[in-house]
Amino acid sequence: MSTIFEKSHPGAMGVRLAACDVPEAPVDSLIPPALLREALPALPEVTEPEAIRHFTGLSRKNYGVDTGFYPLGSCTMKYNPKVNEDMARLPGFASLHPLQETAQTQGVLALMTELNGMLCAITGMDRFTLQPAAGAHGELTGMMIMKAYHESRGDKARTRVLVPDSAHGTNPASAALCGYEVVTIPSDARGNMDIAKLREQTDGRTAGLMLTNPNTLGLFDENIREVADIVHQAGGLLYYDGANLNAIMGISRPADMGFDIMHLNLHKTFATPHGGGGPGSGPVGVRGDLTAFLPGPLPVKTGGTYGWETPENSIGRVHSYHGNIGVAIRSYAYILSMGAAGLTQASETAVLNANYVMRKLQDVYKLPYDRPCMHECVLSAQGQKERGVSAMDIAKGLLDYGFHPPTVYFPLIVKEAMMIEPTETESKDTLDMFIEAMKELAEKAETDPGWFHGAPRKTPIGRADEVAAARNPILRWKGDTR
Amino acid sequence: MTSSYIPNGERERMSMLGEMGLGSIDEVFSQVPPSLRLDKPLDLPEALPEMALISHIRGLADRDCDMDHCVSFLGAGVYDHFIPAAVDHILSRSEFYTAYTPYQPEISQGTLQAVFEYQTMICELTGMEAANASLYDGATAFAEAALLACRATRRDTVLVSEGLHPHARQVLSTYGRFCGFSLETLPLDTERGTTVLETVPEGAAAVLVSSPNFYGVIEDIAPLADKAHEAKALLVAGADPISLALIKPPGECGADIVVGEGQALGNSPSFGGPLLGFFAAREKYLRQMPGRVIGQTADHDGRTAYVMTLQTREQHIRRERATSNICSNEGLNALAAAVYMTLMGKEGLTQAANLCLQKSHYAQRQLLQISGISAPLSGPFFKEFVVSLPLPPATVNEALLQKGIVGGYALPEDGPVKNGWLTAVTEKRTKAQIDTLVDAVKEVLA
Amino acid sequence: MSTRRYSRDHEWVLPEKESLVKVGITAHAAKALGDIVYVELPQEGDSFSAGDALAVVESVKAASDVFTPVSGKVVAVNDSLENAPEQINAEPLQAWIAVIEMSDAGELDALLDEEGYRAFCEQED
Repeated sequence: MSTIFEKSHPGAMGVRLAACDVPEAPVDSLIPPALLREALPALPEVTEPEAIRHFTGLSRKNYGVDTGFYPLGSCTMKYNPKVNEDMARLPGFASLHPLQETAQTQGVLALMTELNGMLCAITGMDRFTLQPAAGAHGELTGMMIMKAYHESRGDKARTRVLVPDSAHGTNPASAALCGYEVVTIPSDARGNMDIAKLREQTDGRTAGLMLTNPNTLGLFDENIREVADIVHQAGGLLYYDGANLNAIMGISRPADMGFDIMHLNLHKTFATPHGGGGPGSGPVGVRGDLTAFLPGPLPVKTGGTYGWETPENSIGRVHSYHGNIGVAIRSYAYILSMGAAGLTQASETAVLNANYVMRKLQDVYKLPYDRPCMHECVLSAQGQKERGVSAMDIAKGLLDYGFHPPTVYFPLIVKEAMMIEPTETESKDTLDMFIEAMKELAEKAETDPGWFHGAPRKTPIGRADEVAAARNPILRWKGDTR
Repeated sequence: MTSSYIPNGERERMSMLGEMGLGSIDEVFSQVPPSLRLDKPLDLPEALPEMALISHIRGLADRDCDMDHCVSFLGAGVYDHFIPAAVDHILSRSEFYTAYTPYQPEISQGTLQAVFEYQTMICELTGMEAANASLYDGATAFAEAALLACRATRRDTVLVSEGLHPHARQVLSTYGRFCGFSLETLPLDTERGTTVLETVPEGAAAVLVSSPNFYGVIEDIAPLADKAHEAKALLVAGADPISLALIKPPGECGADIVVGEGQALGNSPSFGGPLLGFFAAREKYLRQMPGRVIGQTADHDGRTAYVMTLQTREQHIRRERATSNICSNEGLNALAAAVYMTLMGKEGLTQAANLCLQKSHYAQRQLLQISGISAPLSGPFFKEFVVSLPLPPATVNEALLQKGIVGGYALPEDGPVKNGWLTAVTEKRTKAQIDTLVDAVKEVLA
Repeated sequence: MSTRRYSRDHEWVLPEKESLVKVGITAHAAKALGDIVYVELPQEGDSFSAGDALAVVESVKAASDVFTPVSGKVVAVNDSLENAPEQINAEPLQAWIAVIEMSDAGELDALLDEEGYRAFCEQED
């Protein structure tokens, strides 16, 4: 489909604005001519129906959770309830300015305060900030809190952060941004952190450990209590990556496992939409004395009124204003509509669905860790690779069956990894169809491996030349509008 | 009773457990140690069915005095700009908003092409060669620009104009403290309201300036860029995207990186988030850029295709050596901006910018006719300006609220202007609304 | 018999005149990477110890460090790799990455010769 620029025709406008109703002065009398643009920016020129056709057409080339099954591991692609969309759009929230006086914003402040309480109840933490705008932003904020904590104790020796080899890339990236040296701890044969290696690497240089539990293999770390003790005894802090919280809501809490700082991904666990790459929201929660370091200002209720307060040792702002409140509102509505029983049911069903898929496919694809999984399972296409069919080929083949593929090639510690996270919002029928498709693909890998090289065939485009895109980057449209 | 968002009810769950040879859900949680299992339900409010949910949340929203129900002259970084109706209709298409990051390009051409078009439009507005697919907001975009400049120059000091939004300066300060760069402040000329820069010291990685700046004043970027380049430092310019339809783009003034808050482009204020950080740079910094970038290529049948490219800069590949840790960005907000800029177009955005310019100048002229009010900064302005009031602005704002008007931002007492009131006038404000504001102010001051 | 030497990380070192050597990666490494899309070159004047990351070679999905097998200072970089990184795939033994002025020529002795490298590769597979 051609770009909007190629569809443009001079003079067309997609919306009409009112004429100027105040006395007009020449622009160059208000702004010095040297500071003015010489030529107008080459933005599109189309009418409203042309614009709508264009973007509607684009949307039809996309695949969302509303389109079909989307089992991306560690992304929790669960259904986004529609009432939440309406609630976030209420003018009392959507048209509210972040700098309005508190007397004018009691409603949203009440929501933020209540949400804080809910997130604390679910995780066991003592206070959250909603400022971080995504999970990675939350991780960075968590690392800053960790650093501020050690600095406040006068401890300058804490230069290292430990992460497991199965960690999501944002973990080491966030730690490194904060100036920490990242030390990788291997996983053992059962998919837990290797306790002996952890012990070896934990000492007075350890600022902390970043972990997600269940981990990216979908496995609950059986030694988590011991892990926490080792790090705490050495004087370090434990950071919880909340990406996989969908496995344990109402079942277990990160604070009880020993974690001190954590982030949540509202756009994963709490059903807010992924948006094609955001906006997300990554609230950061802490325990005990660490609340003094949270970014401020934070909403607080004093007497019957809501206002703001900034913690005494706050690390400062990490966002222009209060964080992605529009996203937070959706998660608030979600939690209220589910309640304790609903969230527990969500986690139980998420875990059940993942185990169901794993059991049905473990004879067809290699199972790297023979343990019950939690909300996601990792299978390997190593067997198929020996026939020349890689995990990527399986993924592309799945597209022709009308499914979004699982995450492939992550976690890095499993060869030809396929990480499948069904979530609780999928029916048994959908899971059975997916299982059937995966079985057929495994069969094809045996009998007709050549088929995969042409896949996908039924999608708006086939496999794209990513090598050319990287060698010769074209990041904008060039050329004249018609 | 199963939640209406969970298709597998009691019957399906039992059937699945049966097929797996398990007796109860509990058995799949066998690997969670009993000592870590919660023995009572989470302490959460009772679940609300949809009608009660709507009623409750509407009740909260109704307690807020939003800018649809009041006439707003409040800006200071977030603005009450016109958003054409069609924007939200496109944003509400679930193929766009329920999609994930476009890692599988074959089924993500919608998102990918829309973002490619967004990148193009940002380049056009800013006069730069490459733009990314968005960052969280204008403040963190400044922080990422500072980090890029430090990496590229191998230096660790950043000069920051006092004209940057105070919250952007705070975010820079936080990032600087923890991510290893230090800040030096460039003061504003108290008469003009523009950045004072004598020479750029040798250890500086970049000079950061905003135009219009926080006080609404349009700055002359070119001389600042020259001074930065003399010292082999980068010039990072913050810009108001609406103003760029009228004002010379920073790319034509010598800027190396252009960042800013894109909320004004088709995104609602939403109490300050989600926002839209735009980031554009010269081609030479392409591989240093943070965040996703979408590139054009072809599929094996020769059809034009769009893909995420230069991914080796990003965290999922480079991990601790990535140019940034950013993963999820503000994709849907970038889409809103693309739709907005498409509907408004070259002509419409220019008209909107002119309306902001004319109406804000009209408002200032009218306010200055009131005895006791003065204009402390003489530099040219676009849609926001500072006046000095004879009373604390908070007092004036309280009175204005009684008339359904949200007044301008009360500048902090320790700032450059006494009783400073930062007033924003967008294309949405009618002459009648401005006149009502002026009369109301006159009344309060009488 | 070529004077070229090899590291166990699949880099090659080709002595030029005096203490100058060219450094690149072998066909084995290039093949493992797949289509190379970009090379992050060192800067002239930078100094390295043997085993340090000298450059980064990128494919679409991966970034691999190139470790210098010898210590020394970079005196030249192959700029042509900026626009044509695919040279490394096409002719890995010709597409040199940097010229290093060695600080200790003795380090060459610790590297594998042609035979030794061939045997090493067979053993790895």
